Amino acid sequence: MDFSAIRSRLAGSDGRLYWRSLGELADTPAFREYLHREFPEQASEWNDPKGRREFLKLMSASLALAGVSACTKQPAEKIVPYVRQPEELVPGRPLFFATAAPFGGIAVPVLVESHEGHPTKVEGNPQHPASLGGTDIFAQAAVLTLYDPDRLQTVLYRGEVRGWGDFLTALKGMLGTQKAKQGAGIRFLTETITSPSVAEQIALIQQAYPQAKWHQWDPIPRDAARAAATESAGRPSDAIYHFDKADVIVTLDADFLGCGPAAIRYSRDFADRRRAGVDAEGADAATMNRMYAIESTPTLTGAKADHRLALRASEIEAAARALSGSAPAGSFSNGSAPKFLAAAAKDLQAHRGRSLVVAGEYQPAPVHHLANALNESLGNVGTTVTYAPTVEINPTDRLSSLRDLVRAMDGGQVDLLVVLGANPVFTAPSDLKFQEKLAKVGLAISHSLYSDETSTNCHWNLPEAHAFESWSDARAVDGTVTVIQPLIAPLYDGRTVQEVLACFVDAQNGKSAHDLVKDYWTRAYAGKAGGWTITDPTGQPFKSADSLWKHVLHDGWVPGTAANSQRPTPNAQGAQSSTSSPQAPTSSGGLEIIFRPDPTIWDGRFANNGWLQELPKPLTKITWDPTAWIGMKTAEQYRLRDGDIVELRYRGNVAKLPIAIMPGHPEASVTVFMGYGRKVTGRVGTPAEDVAKDFDVYRLRTSDALWFGSGLEIVKTGGTYVIARTQEHHLMENRNPVRIASLDEYRKDPDVIARMGEKPPKTLTMIPEWTYDSYKWGMSIDLTSCTGCGVCTIACQSENNIAVVGKDQVNRGREMHWIRVDHYFKFKGNEEDANDLETYHQPVPCMQCENAPCELVCPVGATTHSAEGLNDMVYNRCVGTRYCSNNCPYKVRRFNFLLYQDWETPSLEPLRNPDVTVRSRGVMEKCTYCVQRINYARIDAKRHDRRIADGEVVPACAAACPADAIVFGDLNDPASRVAKLKALERDYGLLEELNTRPRTTYLAAIRNPNPELA
Amino acid sequence: MSQVFRRSTNIWSRVTILASVVFVSFLAWIVVTLSWSGYVTGQGVTVDQPVQFSHAHHAGSMGIDCRYCHTSVEESPFANIPPTKTCMNCHSQIWTNAPILEPIRASFRENRPLEWTRVHDLPDFVYFNHSIHVAKGVGCATCHGRVDRMPLVYQENSLQMSWCLECHRNPAKYVRPKDQVFNMAYERPSDDPGLGERLVKEYKIAGARQLTSCSTCHR
Repeated sequence: MDFSAIRSRLAGSDGRLYWRSLGELADTPAFREYLHREFPEQASEWNDPKGRREFLKLMSASLALAGVSACTKQPAEKIVPYVRQPEELVPGRPLFFATAAPFGGIAVPVLVESHEGHPTKVEGNPQHPASLGGTDIFAQAAVLTLYDPDRLQTVLYRGEVRGWGDFLTALKGMLGTQKAKQGAGIRFLTETITSPSVAEQIALIQQAYPQAKWHQWDPIPRDAARAAATESAGRPSDAIYHFDKADVIVTLDADFLGCGPAAIRYSRDFADRRRAGVDAEGADAATMNRMYAIESTPTLTGAKADHRLALRASEIEAAARALSGSAPAGSFSNGSAPKFLAAAAKDLQAHRGRSLVVAGEYQPAPVHHLANALNESLGNVGTTVTYAPTVEINPTDRLSSLRDLVRAMDGGQVDLLVVLGANPVFTAPSDLKFQEKLAKVGLAISHSLYSDETSTNCHWNLPEAHAFESWSDARAVDGTVTVIQPLIAPLYDGRTVQEVLACFVDAQNGKSAHDLVKDYWTRAYAGKAGGWTITDPTGQPFKSADSLWKHVLHDGWVPGTAANSQRPTPNAQGAQSSTSSPQAPTSSGGLEIIFRPDPTIWDGRFANNGWLQELPKPLTKITWDPTAWIGMKTAEQYRLRDGDIVELRYRGNVAKLPIAIMPGHPEASVTVFMGYGRKVTGRVGTPAEDVAKDFDVYRLRTSDALWFGSGLEIVKTGGTYVIARTQEHHLMENRNPVRIASLDEYRKDPDVIARMGEKPPKTLTMIPEWTYDSYKWGMSIDLTSCTGCGVCTIACQSENNIAVVGKDQVNRGREMHWIRVDHYFKFKGNEEDANDLETYHQPVPCMQCENAPCELVCPVGATTHSAEGLNDMVYNRCVGTRYCSNNCPYKVRRFNFLLYQDWETPSLEPLRNPDVTVRSRGVMEKCTYCVQRINYARIDAKRHDRRIADGEVVPACAAACPADAIVFGDLNDPASRVAKLKALERDYGLLEELNTRPRTTYLAAIRNPNPELA
Repeated sequence: MSQVFRRSTNIWSRVTILASVVFVSFLAWIVVTLSWSGYVTGQGVTVDQPVQFSHAHHAGSMGIDCRYCHTSVEESPFANIPPTKTCMNCHSQIWTNAPILEPIRASFRENRPLEWTRVHDLPDFVYFNHSIHVAKGVGCATCHGRVDRMPLVYQENSLQMSWCLECHRNPAKYVRPKDQVFNMAYERPSDDPGLGERLVKEYKIAGARQLTSCSTCHR
């Protein structure tokens, strides 16, 4: 990396320079190579003798097969009808079931599409108040985990296959001795639990075994936020933010757009508010919200902010104090901090009651107290922030709970440990030495989806049923109880948490999860459980328990169970109160280390999910691997380049990570991402290379500093690691792909966006004009709303049977995602500080051009223009010349260089969408606007002699988008939502100067910067 | 110097060229014939089934409506192969001990589905939808032939793309009034040559450009 080149490039820029990566900024030779190759590095296989031989082998095989395939007869296929067909099922038409994909114990409400009993696709539940139809990447990818062949399939005892019967017999013996001791030796360890029926079971167990204890551990705990909210509200509470009402937002290391189940609803509220501020008729500038992000590790929230201040994690508290005026702005590592904080504080004061301060979950309790006190003093409590009773059953401090357990294990007091879902051997802070202490437990039982680090250290391993195989219940972020219903009978021998806990309660022994959950809600209806007041949506009580149950299964949630927000009694002492989660004092010396969950595989639990592994991580677009993020100056100081492996030494522990230089990262600190370096997991998540086994940074994490601490040393090992990064793939050379303007600029002169590019006149074409008699499909993507989360990519992958190609192929630029999210950085003109940037996200699917360059060059007519304006891709005609992708300026076509689809694994067959062809080797593919959904709606409409209504066809990306940034519809209908959006002045076509006339257009990103900070 | 080639070589070379042309054409003819033959397309081939079910008997002589068994033909892409329960609706009352029906009874008893062999099998990249064809006046018999006269069902037509396009390019030639869709014996009145055009208009059948767009059937 040539830092001087970057600096000189920045110095010479006019402030309108966009770049995707530092390589692009420095204009390195490697970057030029990427730019000029459509699919990098395929040709170099010829120079590598091994690769070349492989290539020839594949070629000869494919030639032989090409000859043979022409002569094969279609094999005889079977039709297997039902013996007794379920009444509501129409073969060939999917059914949707309302359920939830729990994430960290919290329900993410979803609808799951089922084709004749096979769940294939996850959609949001548009009626559910907690999501309004959006989803996140984890909910979308849940269906792949369901079918994962690497899941734990049977009960194991010390690694040997057993049955549930054997386990129950063993447990019975154990419980017999415990009964006498009142269960003094029984310990349960779970993750966060919000399920009311499980809560009741645990209460029953504690009745039967009064001395038994229940511990909780979650590697990404929300302790500090909850503790502060509890203190502010005077009872166990969670803060709920109302971004739809906030004019000015200040975040303190908070990633409310990118992290956790709440992000779904927050993204929507934030985006709605932002859009309305830009586009609303007669709106004044004040109605567009403005966000100031004060943060350490760059996040999607910071990228969306109008102003971003990069501070070290340990400086956030001082910043919060300065913001509240309780302390003068001292010295910060970032010179622009005082000005920034003063402007933000002034803006907050100017918007009393309409502003919002959000503290991040990775900050210690004092920051949360300060934020809550600020909100209180600004009069925001009750409008933009409310405190609702926590949805957790047992809102204890996770860390002290785990510490208690470890102490008990160490003291030999634990005869029976039941670990439900958690993986503490991998995720517990290293100083607790959980694995070592676990060996002292008399009998350890683990209940998990996969064989993991914990289960291999336990005596009994019980396979867990996936959420889509389970009856259960859980609460969503807003408190609404969401009933989880199964889509399919357990594929393996899994059982649910309820069924395992039922083994401990005599009265429930042997009951199925369905009976347990239904029984709970029947009693809840009668007022005999949980103390719920359940009313139907009109406010009337349900006629019977049965009508309630039917309603719940249909809609997906129990009405009337949302947590009631209450205005708390102000707690003036809040800011001074004790902290439950201690943070290491900042000491001088060394670098600061910041721990974060991985953006795609989270705490490591999704390590075996290929979709999530291959999803480019936001901002860096790195796939398959973790990295340590450092700022540019720190990198220069340590002479580090992207991909250099460094040894991280922290408190006597050592881990290794490859470096990624992250623009916008505060200097003298390093962000490490947890979740990688799994020792025991499935085939996808197990590191291929030896060095990757040291990528486990949990071993650096200690219980006194869960989120950040100082004293980190980094040592260059001299080794380098190949990072598969898609940031530089599919580049569109320096052609102003994103157009931006500030709100003021746009209001003064709405044509400013149009002037940023040249739009050729309609007459400038040799191709005859297409006419569209019926529909004319089009898409609008709002860059003002897009948060860059990448859920569109996963939703598309799931809907369209897109293959996972693996790290090696990604590195060759052969990832198959039909919609990618490009990130652009823009230097703001502050020559001293290359970290002072703006970030833009741009999802790029096929543009479905009117004058499509691809259509003209296909020698076999495999890509043609449809009567409704789609660029149809016909797989069965494609012979793989790749001329089309060569001619595509947007680089959105994907080629199956090898046989990427897994045709072998039986459990992956029912995963595939039966409405979309599964592509084989040698075939080009690309976004089709989800033509299967268009056809489905068109046929339905035609059968009833009507037109397709606006909003009836929603492509997978648009349906999944939590920010509602993607809108699809009929351009022939001027009243359609998409037509109205395209009529806005900030609508523009990507590379429209090429006269391709893209059908997918963008709405320019409008920012609302504070003039004082300009 | 003596000639290397004899005079007769001229003839031989001409014969060889001609013969190779003939041979290549012959090969091409074989390939084309084969690929259009019932051997490859399945046209006219009767397939063995687990139960000797006769459409001629049930649909023909007994006059059971197609939709009694193929329940979803009007609302789904797939017309549905009836569950064993449908067979047992009648056969728990009549022919209850017929040996030929033992597989049906066994299936019902053991809750094990029957495995029928597909007769009309389109390639997996083709997405045919029964409901829209039925709704727009394409009769069952237009594609499936006189199933009511087939003791064992066979594929009446080639089901090749050219065969599909025949109608997609000119539906007027094939559509019939909606109330005649399930009438196997329907024949177009010979005295009404404008009927097809009229029905296409009345049923708002899409134009050839829409019907021959690739994504109409492939996706």
